[in-house]
Amino acid sequence: MIRFEGVHKWFGKLHVLNNINLHVRAGEVVVVCGPSGSGKSTLIRTINDLEPINEGKLIVDGMDLSEKKTDINKLRAEIGFVFQQFNLYPHLSVLKNITLAPMKIRNKTRKEAEEKALALLERVGLSEKRDAYPTQLSGGQQQRVAIARGLAMDPKIMLFDEPTSALDPEMIGEVLQVMKDLALSGMTMIVVSHEMGFAREVSHRIIFMDFGTILEEAPPEEFFKNPKHDRAKQFLKQILSPMH
Amino acid sequence: MLTYKFDWAIVTSGKYFDWIVSGFYVTIKLSMVSIALSFLLGLIIAIMRMSHLRPVRWFAHGYLEFFRNTPLLVQIFFWYFGSYKVLPAVANDWLVKQDFEFAAAVIALTIYTSAFIAEDIRSGVRSIPKEQMEAARSSGFSYIRSMQYIILPQAVRLTIPPLINQFLNLMKNSSLAMTIGVAELMYQARQVESYTFKGFEAFSAATLVYLALSFTITGLMTLYDKKVLQPLKGR
Repeated sequence: MIRFEGVHKWFGKLHVLNNINLHVRAGEVVVVCGPSGSGKSTLIRTINDLEPINEGKLIVDGMDLSEKKTDINKLRAEIGFVFQQFNLYPHLSVLKNITLAPMKIRNKTRKEAEEKALALLERVGLSEKRDAYPTQLSGGQQQRVAIARGLAMDPKIMLFDEPTSALDPEMIGEVLQVMKDLALSGMTMIVVSHEMGFAREVSHRIIFMDFGTILEEAPPEEFFKNPKHDRAKQFLKQILSPMH
Repeated sequence: MLTYKFDWAIVTSGKYFDWIVSGFYVTIKLSMVSIALSFLLGLIIAIMRMSHLRPVRWFAHGYLEFFRNTPLLVQIFFWYFGSYKVLPAVANDWLVKQDFEFAAAVIALTIYTSAFIAEDIRSGVRSIPKEQMEAARSSGFSYIRSMQYIILPQAVRLTIPPLINQFLNLMKNSSLAMTIGVAELMYQARQVESYTFKGFEAFSAATLVYLALSFTITGLMTLYDKKVLQPLKGR
């Protein structure tokens, strides 16, 4: 479904992605972790071309992102992206946030789009918020709406860029629950996150990044029990220490 | 000793009152048409100004600098006395049959004001966080459609206060159209003065009408902002 082959990216002189090779299969749930500045957000943002790659090959859903001809808007419509800061449209109601893209890009009728949106709102537990505006919602609620907005396009892939990092602790659970259900439904997901509980429970694979490279790639049991790389050990120790 | 005899009756009833009223209608028509067109044109120029195509951006930039930095009166005279000279005779014959004074005034006011409006809209757009564009683009919207559905609706809301100013300026500037013979409010007030020598009354009446129009525009825009836009605003 997603294949990185020798991908490089630079921000000026900074080598943010250094020879990335990665293959994510359909239905797979991959969690990407690593210290800040390790390139994990950049990695996930290259998948829908929010950050274009400089070198190498990146093939997503059969489309080659290094090709100029690739219709990037068409590809993006197949990929849901959930941001750390939610990025809902503040001038639109919850319902309209969800129906906008299906109506304008997929040419669905208002009725079709709204039916789907209401079903999704129910799925994320926010049916009663359909007419609210984003600013009237808590962070956790906004993020659940953002997930529903992504799902409304019937995406083949869902990308999550630190979806719980901007949330108050008591709201993290409700968002993770929605993501967990989604993972169990067979969605192909790549999640940049430090939520190791989530990673352990639902991911098929954990990727540990630092300095723009993938240092470790393993199923969760193996990653937590027996991390090979020193940096990964150190990272896990910090993140799983009893203080947290 | 004040020897001037006030005669307010001439501007509150009768023939001269009718002149003022007809001028008032022309001013409204001229302002409304130019406000609508200058807003549309300003929107288009603002979008061009932010285009990633360099020639488009440069064109918009040149347009802005050119029309913001030349006097409106010169522009009005150019469109009225200058522009038609380079047109073919057929076009000229057609123009003469139209209300060319009015059209030239609309063109000048529209283009002049659109340059200011475009800059206001652009600064509105710049104050929308770039994440909004990212969210729109990652849903599969093109740049133009992201602008259309997500960025501009938010930006225009933020632009309401400066827009009120531009619309007020346009309405007041419409008085310059008298110089090319558009029979708007100022033109009619001047007519009344010429016929009656009652300059104080005639121009007082014009002043009051302009004031009333200004307050109406401000009131309508503020009401629109309060009732329609504010409830949707905020982040």
